[in-house]
Amino acid sequence: MNKNHRVPSNRTLSTVEVKSKFGAEFRRFSLDRSKPGKFDEFYGLLQHVHRIPNVDLLVGYADMQGDLLPINNDDNYHKAISTAAPLLRLFLQRKEEADYAAFGTNSLTRKKTPAVLAAVLLRPEANRKKPPIIISLPRDFRPVSSIIDVDILPETHRRVRLYKHGQEKPLGFYIRDGSSVRVTPQGLEKVPGIFISRMVPGGLAESTGLLAVNDEVLEVNGIEVAGKSLDQVTDMMIANSHNLIVTVKPANQRNNVVRHSNNSGSGSGGVTSGSSGRSTDSGASFYGYSAPGATAMAPTHIIQNFRSEEMESDEDDEDLVIEAGGEARPIAMVAAGAAASSSMPSLPRYEPHLNLRPPNGAMSGSASAGSLSTTDRGLDRRSLEEDGTVITL
Amino acid sequence: MKRFRRHGHDSQRDKLKQELYQFNKSVEHGFPHQPSALAYSPDLDLLAIGTRSGAIKLYGAPGVEFMGLHDENATVTQVHFLPHQLELVTLLDDNSLHMWTLRAHQGVSELLEVGRFTLTGPPGAPPSVTRVTTVLAHSSGELLLLGTEGGHVFVVEVPGFRELEERNISVEDIQARIPEEYVPRRNLECVEALHEKPLNPNQVLIGYGRGLMVLWDLERQCAIQHFLGTQQLESVWWMEDGEHILSSHSDGSYCCWLTTGGDVQSEPEKQDTPYGSFPCKAISKVLQFPTKQGPPFLIFSGGMPRASYGDRHCISVIHSKTHIALDFTSRIIDFFVIREGEQHTGDPSALVVLVEEELVVVDLLTDGWPVIQTPYLVPLHCSAITCSHHVSSIPFKLWERILAAGDVQNTHYSNKPWPITGGQNLAREPPQRDLLLTGHEDGTVRFWDASGVCLHPMYKLSTAGVFHTDGDPNDNLNQGAEGEWPPFRKVGCFDPYSDDPRLGIQKIHLCKYSGILTVAGTAGQILVLELNDEMAEQVVPATVVDLLQGQDGFRWKGHTRLDVREEPVSFPAGFQPFALVQCQPPAVITAIALHSEWKLVAFGTSHGFGVYDYQQKSNVFARCTLNPSDQLAMEGPLSRVKSIKKSLRQSFRRIRRSRVSMRKHQTANAAKLQELNAKLEAEALQEMELAPVQRRIEARSSDDSFTGLVRTLYFADSFITDSTHCTPSLWAGTNGGAVFAYMLRLPPVERRMEDPVTGSQAKEIQLMHRAPVVGLAILDGRGVPLPEPLEVAHDLARSPDMLASHHLLVISEEQFKLFTLPKVSTKTKLKLTAIDGSRVRRVGVALFGSSRVEDYGENGLVVLTNQGELHVISLPAIKMQVHHPCIRREDVSGIASCVFTKYGQGFYLISPSEFERFSLSARWVVEPRCLVESPNIPSTVVDPTKTRCLGDGYDGSDIRRGNDNEVLQEIQKSLEGDQMGHADNNIKPSGE
Repeated sequence: MNKNHRVPSNRTLSTVEVKSKFGAEFRRFSLDRSKPGKFDEFYGLLQHVHRIPNVDLLVGYADMQGDLLPINNDDNYHKAISTAAPLLRLFLQRKEEADYAAFGTNSLTRKKTPAVLAAVLLRPEANRKKPPIIISLPRDFRPVSSIIDVDILPETHRRVRLYKHGQEKPLGFYIRDGSSVRVTPQGLEKVPGIFISRMVPGGLAESTGLLAVNDEVLEVNGIEVAGKSLDQVTDMMIANSHNLIVTVKPANQRNNVVRHSNNSGSGSGGVTSGSSGRSTDSGASFYGYSAPGATAMAPTHIIQNFRSEEMESDEDDEDLVIEAGGEARPIAMVAAGAAASSSMPSLPRYEPHLNLRPPNGAMSGSASAGSLSTTDRGLDRRSLEEDGTVITL
Repeated sequence: MKRFRRHGHDSQRDKLKQELYQFNKSVEHGFPHQPSALAYSPDLDLLAIGTRSGAIKLYGAPGVEFMGLHDENATVTQVHFLPHQLELVTLLDDNSLHMWTLRAHQGVSELLEVGRFTLTGPPGAPPSVTRVTTVLAHSSGELLLLGTEGGHVFVVEVPGFRELEERNISVEDIQARIPEEYVPRRNLECVEALHEKPLNPNQVLIGYGRGLMVLWDLERQCAIQHFLGTQQLESVWWMEDGEHILSSHSDGSYCCWLTTGGDVQSEPEKQDTPYGSFPCKAISKVLQFPTKQGPPFLIFSGGMPRASYGDRHCISVIHSKTHIALDFTSRIIDFFVIREGEQHTGDPSALVVLVEEELVVVDLLTDGWPVIQTPYLVPLHCSAITCSHHVSSIPFKLWERILAAGDVQNTHYSNKPWPITGGQNLAREPPQRDLLLTGHEDGTVRFWDASGVCLHPMYKLSTAGVFHTDGDPNDNLNQGAEGEWPPFRKVGCFDPYSDDPRLGIQKIHLCKYSGILTVAGTAGQILVLELNDEMAEQVVPATVVDLLQGQDGFRWKGHTRLDVREEPVSFPAGFQPFALVQCQPPAVITAIALHSEWKLVAFGTSHGFGVYDYQQKSNVFARCTLNPSDQLAMEGPLSRVKSIKKSLRQSFRRIRRSRVSMRKHQTANAAKLQELNAKLEAEALQEMELAPVQRRIEARSSDDSFTGLVRTLYFADSFITDSTHCTPSLWAGTNGGAVFAYMLRLPPVERRMEDPVTGSQAKEIQLMHRAPVVGLAILDGRGVPLPEPLEVAHDLARSPDMLASHHLLVISEEQFKLFTLPKVSTKTKLKLTAIDGSRVRRVGVALFGSSRVEDYGENGLVVLTNQGELHVISLPAIKMQVHHPCIRREDVSGIASCVFTKYGQGFYLISPSEFERFSLSARWVVEPRCLVESPNIPSTVVDPTKTRCLGDGYDGSDIRRGNDNEVLQEIQKSLEGDQMGHADNNIKPSGE
């Protein structure tokens, strides 16, 4: 799966300066950017420079956005090297003492650590005796998509959120006009609708596996598309592209979330109930930075509900202002919205999962996500594609 | 905030909104698109035009106009006024007849459809039997004679549309009495003409397609005389004396027949082929009028020699020794002649010709037959409109000077007043003088008086003289060499052919205080002009501005720069150019701004923008906005890239469509199978055209095409760098969502000529959503948009509040955002696209005055979206106020042509030749208000008994209802409009 990893060639510096921190100690050394080598060698090197040959380590680095991201395989190691500009800051932890919650989006900048969540994640009581099964670090990756609002939507519908995060990958899908048949008191009625007509290979939409050709688009960011023209819907989607939430009626209804069933938890439709009582399965796919062109790495299940204030997401308010002679700075919301925005996240955050059960049962801790590709729903769905009009009941 | 809102707040605001905003489309300016029929009523002195889209428009004295639209979208083929009445009848090409009336309501006349009728033939008869080809509105005002394709004449009583079967004149009745030896006897073909005999309304002349004419007595129900014409008949005309008939024919000849002779006339008294010897085209209509002095006027259309002049659109006028063939630039629809005197029975005074693209009125009383300038129905599109600009409340002085400049240009027009004077214009005098400027493809700018209902031409500016163009203006297109035959004379101003498309005007800006005008064109040229009351000969200094600023890897594949005349050029009185900027590369100008106080012009193209100092005639600075990865902008004009693709696609569609429709039109015994095939093909085609339309969903990226295109430029005096000193600045918005702010340093006034103006970049804002920036404005401390340059100096605006902080309003296609200044941070915003999927196409700042309180007004943004909806958005709160659907969303050119006024009105093109005026303001609406009164009817025409019995109930009921004053008015009105009253009662049951 690392065939398609690419090192951006725009960096001209041949060496990477590394500053590694373990406990209170720092080590500085440099690496050849063009020949970073394997992760195992690097791991050995770290143990060597810190002189802790027998300590199991969890390696993390600070990425450009200031997030703490893990290094645990060749891919994310290469990513870390290639994006270091020019200093690569490493944070080493003992594996048994690791604070997993520290990883993830906004992790370095965020002030308050959600202690409750950390407890849930690690379940220290339950896991003290047996070694924790580390499937993967839940916050190793930024979310690229999620299913949201499962508890309030009809089972036949699916609300999908695509996180653009300013990454290079295209959203990558096309929509078209079509018609769907609905049951009304007057009988069957053909109504115009908007459908997904094509997926761009390698695009965000395809890689999530949550959208498929011939899915009917019902809403865009909470606004119904009924009565709107194809061009209008296109413009709405593009206007919301930084934080696109589409509600679709999947053409293939077999993978729908089934509610109120027991903790069967197996297969792709696995369902559990969360502590809140609103519960769900939701396939959220995550993107590791390690493999920008690869398929989803670890489809971890995440429950998420869409909050109204996120609808008004102000992410797009990060307009860039360049003052004469000065540096670029993003604009923050001021004045009227100031009080509100300080308590509101400026980036869309996702709630941590309440349930970590992987779809295919437990996995070994070091499992790289490649082995999970069998659960890629996108593949399933494509093989079950249906053509023609879709009957809505 | 919401929870603090008191109850009742909303309803109060709603009430205020009603006082501020009111939407209506008030009037159509310009020339109706695709006219198809013309009629004139000498009694009412009104002109009627029917169009192919089913509209009917009536015009009288300037300001008197009415419009009606048939529910059917069918072509109006004929219009006929009922003599001595307020009614008119239209015939559509779906063979339906419609009755319209001008009814007075609250002192203003309205055009209403009051009845419709379709002839029904006997069962089993072919449709041609009832297919109406000619209509005669009988002078009694009670009868319509309908001639049909089958050769029958049906008699219908109006206004009730009651068929009088016993009075019908069937083709068999006619055939029975034709002499045996007359060859076309077997098939007379359709009724081509129906004419009432002057002085004897009981006799009607029926002309048949094959040439036969029959004089029929309506009273005695029999044919009186037969005229055995043998040429295909085109039209018939009774001479005024009732003794001679003129008939025109398809071979280019006309004949004169005498009616005083015997029953059968087999030879005309006189026959002539005016442009004879070689085969000629048909004379489609012939008229002749006597004059007091002797020689008559003979006027006919067509008849040109087929081979050499068959493609000309001509009307020939022959009077005594004068013979002129008026040569029109588009197809002749119809024409009529207006005669002098109270009753319109004197000498012919004017020839009114409706051609496809304009209305031309020729003064027949003045020597040389000059053209009379039309006060309405002006051909806006004499060269295609490329842009428009509106300036409200023009100072009187400037207005006078423009008018004076225009008068000099109009010397070739006749001095005679406009001959059509029906109706009374009751509209109030417009409160202010408004100018609409239209830029055209041929490099002209036309100035229109847009203050009232009549869009009146004031002045025409041509910019072509500044440049060398292919078509030299000197080689005047043949004003007819001496002795040329036929004696052509070009008339009309419709001329769609442009010598050089690079001359096309793209942007116009007029400063109404200084009289400085800037126009910018297709080849990157910007002219700065000044109003001069005298003609002048001068050299126009040109400055070339490189907008690439050293950007490499650029290849311009578009047109070259215009070639400037270096010798002094003579300019007539009016706007005269004194400075010229030429952008390099010479791409189309996409934005301009003028600051007449600072004497600066800013301009932008798809490559960048610059500022030019027209005082010192030097360039201040230029900035390249080009993205190196933008291939399209790098290479050539965007219009070409897009239009080729589009036109290819369209032409393919057209081919496919025409194939299908051809198949559908094969009526002759088409096999059922074939028909079915065609149908299937059409369906498949429809499917095909629906199915593959798909849209890509992709976030905008900086690599998209034309991100560097400058969409808007704005000069402002504001707090750009610190909050204590305001400085002159220029703001530019691009297609890629970037806003650049430049600080300008102007030397003090006394050193303005010597010291240079400088500019330096102060800010750059990159909108995260990257949508094109379509508008920029700065609001002062009170939240009011900054006034125009010189507006405060002329005491016409309050000086802006410089104490409180200013705000920058950025309008992108997707959202409205208010930023603080000088530190740029978002204050408020309103999303448009994310919510309803529409995008901003046009935006303007307007002041909405309250219709109730004289001195209350609110500023707002007027926005037109790509869905054709109009929105009003309040300032500075940026809240949606009202929205109205205005233009069909498919009408892309209509949306693109929209221009707003400063007071909440606007114009957009509904066809290449017509502006629709709309208003969002409740304060002032320009709309026609006019009254047409019933003509003085000779008492013999109206049957008194009938009027009484029908009028009774109608009048009585009204009187009982009203109070005293109204009662008197009602009585007055019902007496005046008696006829309308009973017409109304009569027609109602037959409607539908």
